[in-house]
Amino acid sequence: MTNALGLMDIALIVTFVSLVTGQILSMIRLVLGPTPGDRILALDTMVINALGLVVVLGIHQGVQIYFEVSLLIAMLGFVSTVALARFILRGDIIE
Amino acid sequence: MSIEMITTYATALCLFIGSGFILVGVIGLLKFNDPMTRLHAPTKVGTIGIGMLLLASIFHSFSLGDSSMHELLIMGFLFVTAPISANFIAKVSIHRKACETPPEPPRDDTWSTLNRPPHDEIVPDTLDSPPQGAPEKA
Repeated sequence: MTNALGLMDIALIVTFVSLVTGQILSMIRLVLGPTPGDRILALDTMVINALGLVVVLGIHQGVQIYFEVSLLIAMLGFVSTVALARFILRGDIIE
Repeated sequence: MSIEMITTYATALCLFIGSGFILVGVIGLLKFNDPMTRLHAPTKVGTIGIGMLLLASIFHSFSLGDSSMHELLIMGFLFVTAPISANFIAKVSIHRKACETPPEPPRDDTWSTLNRPPHDEIVPDTLDSPPQGAPEKA
């Protein structure tokens, strides 16, 4: 059992590091991004990575209360992506 | 080999797979050199990466003894909304002329996203006056 728990700790550290690397690389694409589509895509990826960070934090602490937080982040990320894309497409969000 | 041990190993395996897919997707987002090509890399982050992390959360709750399946709700929501947001971002790239215009369709005369009535064309120096032939607003 200690073997499994040690592997679990390594897996949690690897996942945290890859998620934070993902946030940093998406932020580089957000700053560089030559077109507005790239910037929307980078923001969408950052929202999804933040959702993964919340989920892995819930696994690390062994609690269930982060479920509502991650569901709200997922919904807000989708709505904000669609709103940004519609604003660039039509110049208006709700016509 | 108890059930806690099996679910702990399954959690660690799911975390490894998810972190690998997240890294691959984000490196693809940074390294590709065309907006339409960059569009397809982060979809791996949204589906398999986060899906594996949520699966790891389910396995971890099983190993703690209180089983919960409500991470499947987030997974279903993400799987449903990822193609919609990708479609909107592709439309932004097409309309802003950031990529090559798609080739003409074989049967119709134009793609539906590029098809708009003539009175809807916005010419920049006629923004103040109403466009010619616009229908009366009810």
